[in-house]
Amino acid sequence: MRILWLQSGGCGGCTLSWLGSEHGSLFELLADEGIELVWHPSISEAGVDEARALISACAEGREPVDVLCVEGSLLRGPRGTGGFHRFGGDQPMIEWVHRIAGRVRHVVAIGSCSAWGGITAAGMNPTDACGLQYDAEAPGGLLGPDFRDPDGMPVINVAGCPPHPDWITETLAALAHGRLGAAQLDDYGRPRFFADQLVHHGCPRNEYYEFKASAEKHSHQGCLMEHFGCKGTQAHADCNLRLWNGGGSCLRGGYACIRCTEPGFEEPGHAFETTPKVAGIPIGLPADMPKAWFVALAALSKSATPARVRENANADHLLRAPSVKRAKK
Amino acid sequence: MTRRIVGPFNRVEGDLEISLDIADGRVAAAYVNSPLYRGFEQILQGKLPADALVLVPRICGICSVAQSAAAALALADATGIAPPANGRIAANLTLAAENLADHLTHFYLFFMADFAREEYKSRRWYHAAAERFRAVSGTAAAEVLPARARFMQAMGMLAGKWPHTLAVQPGGSTRPLQSSELFRLHRILRDFRGFLETTTFGAALETVGALDSDAALAAWRAGTGGGDLRRFLDIADDLGLWQVGQGTGRYLSYGAYALPEGCLFAPGLWKEGGLHVLDTAAIAEDTTHSWYAATGRARHPAEGGTVPAEDKPAAYSWCKAPRLGGEVVETGALARQVVAGHPLARVLAAQSGSVAARVVARLLEVALVLPRMESWLDEIVPGEPWCVSAQPADETSGVGLVEAARGSLGHWLAVRRGRIHNYQIVAPTTWNFSPRDAEGQPGVLEQALAGLPGSAGDPPPAVIHHVVRSFDPCMVCTVH
Repeated sequence: MRILWLQSGGCGGCTLSWLGSEHGSLFELLADEGIELVWHPSISEAGVDEARALISACAEGREPVDVLCVEGSLLRGPRGTGGFHRFGGDQPMIEWVHRIAGRVRHVVAIGSCSAWGGITAAGMNPTDACGLQYDAEAPGGLLGPDFRDPDGMPVINVAGCPPHPDWITETLAALAHGRLGAAQLDDYGRPRFFADQLVHHGCPRNEYYEFKASAEKHSHQGCLMEHFGCKGTQAHADCNLRLWNGGGSCLRGGYACIRCTEPGFEEPGHAFETTPKVAGIPIGLPADMPKAWFVALAALSKSATPARVRENANADHLLRAPSVKRAKK
Repeated sequence: MTRRIVGPFNRVEGDLEISLDIADGRVAAAYVNSPLYRGFEQILQGKLPADALVLVPRICGICSVAQSAAAALALADATGIAPPANGRIAANLTLAAENLADHLTHFYLFFMADFAREEYKSRRWYHAAAERFRAVSGTAAAEVLPARARFMQAMGMLAGKWPHTLAVQPGGSTRPLQSSELFRLHRILRDFRGFLETTTFGAALETVGALDSDAALAAWRAGTGGGDLRRFLDIADDLGLWQVGQGTGRYLSYGAYALPEGCLFAPGLWKEGGLHVLDTAAIAEDTTHSWYAATGRARHPAEGGTVPAEDKPAAYSWCKAPRLGGEVVETGALARQVVAGHPLARVLAAQSGSVAARVVARLLEVALVLPRMESWLDEIVPGEPWCVSAQPADETSGVGLVEAARGSLGHWLAVRRGRIHNYQIVAPTTWNFSPRDAEGQPGVLEQALAGLPGSAGDPPPAVIHHVVRSFDPCMVCTVH
């Protein structure tokens, strides 16, 4: 399976995340799975004239490409010209993407920028940035809501800011082996193998969550949902099951989930690290949780919090270990 | 004279195109274009100050922690707080982990791959170099990627993940480390040392770090071992990479890694063969040849602005042109080590400041910093505080200056009515790859390319690639 990888209005962090793959050499893994990089801007030898000729050949169908991967937002500005990113001379990158997307078997958005617009679309969105097939939550984007590849698939959204290296590798391997169809994508076009989990699943702070024992300041061990804006109970990703860089995750790093796999995450409508509340109750409820039940359970569990959990929640190290139960003789 | 566009440049982080004026088989003039604009300085306007910690690391996927560190320092400055000792050490370790990983990525994945070019197939070293360093399929990549991934497990522990963390805060770190975790981190650093000493240097890090002169370097090369660094030095000698790609000979460093007694690598300005105190008030960004609405004069970043003007005549890049006291200065690992006073770096700068000098300085820095990381781990006291908190005032300002792998990175923040009023970023490659200024002075790379061989019709010779990549450019930071 031959992949052409283009970058536009992003930071290149998806590629850097991918290079952190922990299954031996990423390049050997790709070769072993039958995946060939026709060209990748950070990795390939071919540069300047050679690269321009190669990408032109891809756009004209003279060089076969199976999968187009796009990293970074698509920049439509200024005034619809695409002039905030020109590539290989004067041609706007959005034109290259348009031309090549129409010639390949599958189009894959690598990261939340190319999926939804992402951080580049934050604030006043100075470059009129969007995703390949979404403009935040709204279907559309550069290729339009009706885009389908020759297999009838929409753009495959390997969301995340950045995505986990394995989300990228497994998506590409599944495509190479013919194991990724529309049924394996969720409502936002994300591969279900990572998007059918919540960041909350496997969170090491779960005992604090259960008892609503909340961190009051940075570096505290307690739950980050009540005060630090954590969206782990709503965000679709397996970050705390799969783990990052040998065993990390945002929560394990001591900071809140900002739901970076979700469209529109860049504009939460409140300070990222502060939980918005009405009458003391967080506005954002856990996925599938009725509000009344959440309020009732929170009140109950707060009243039942063990002293150990309450004290440890507001410390940066263990103050009280779980007690040891001795068998009665 | 013929103008020729050379691009898209790959194996640089982000987008780069260069126009060369060719006359008599030589580059008469170079014009460096950063062709991607995203507008972070506009995005940040009106945001809550703390939200900068989410936004600015996403300027760059390879200098992500450096961006976080600069924002955290600017916010700490605006708030009047400083992290406790554990928090300061964690910040140093996190930034050092990124900087060393970036040096490794640059050397093995971005820079060395150019020696596998067909153009070199008649050289005696070609077959060995091509087999080892060829992009994607070279034997080095297969060894480096797992070693790098293992080293980045330090990021998993210190910062949750990489890139893009929120662990780096103005008041310290969100990630307290307990003693068993310190041991695991220690093992990660020791494993990385093992890789470097076996594969990259073929020598103890301390031996490499202690090379203090030409003679010492020559003596070391004459011995056994030497690893990939020696392979590079042999190629560099054969191709004359000590004689090409000279910059301005003026070197900038903001100083790296805060210690109780100062910086591990001191800040300063090196020019005319001597060390000078760095006056950051003398920094000004010129936009004469940049696609921004004219400001009339070069402005200090604290008073700077960013209004795109894509049709501006005479402009040819989205990059601004920062100058120090009106002068063009170079930044990066070579600059950092020259300013900090490493004897070998001073010798290399005095002789040439060339492609080879930049590459050697980068690897020298890897050998110098990893042992310090090992000793910083021992200074952490589990149970002592990691982070303090405070809100910035509604009307305040702050500056954050750090050293990213590829050089000096500055953030200038102004807060009005509790919101970000202005946020200006001057990144390392903004200095190195700037366009011309109002005086017509070319940027560092523009000067380094002038005089190199070139042709109006044929592909640019590999030496152009070596010179460009010797700066370890990061284009996504450059324009942001």
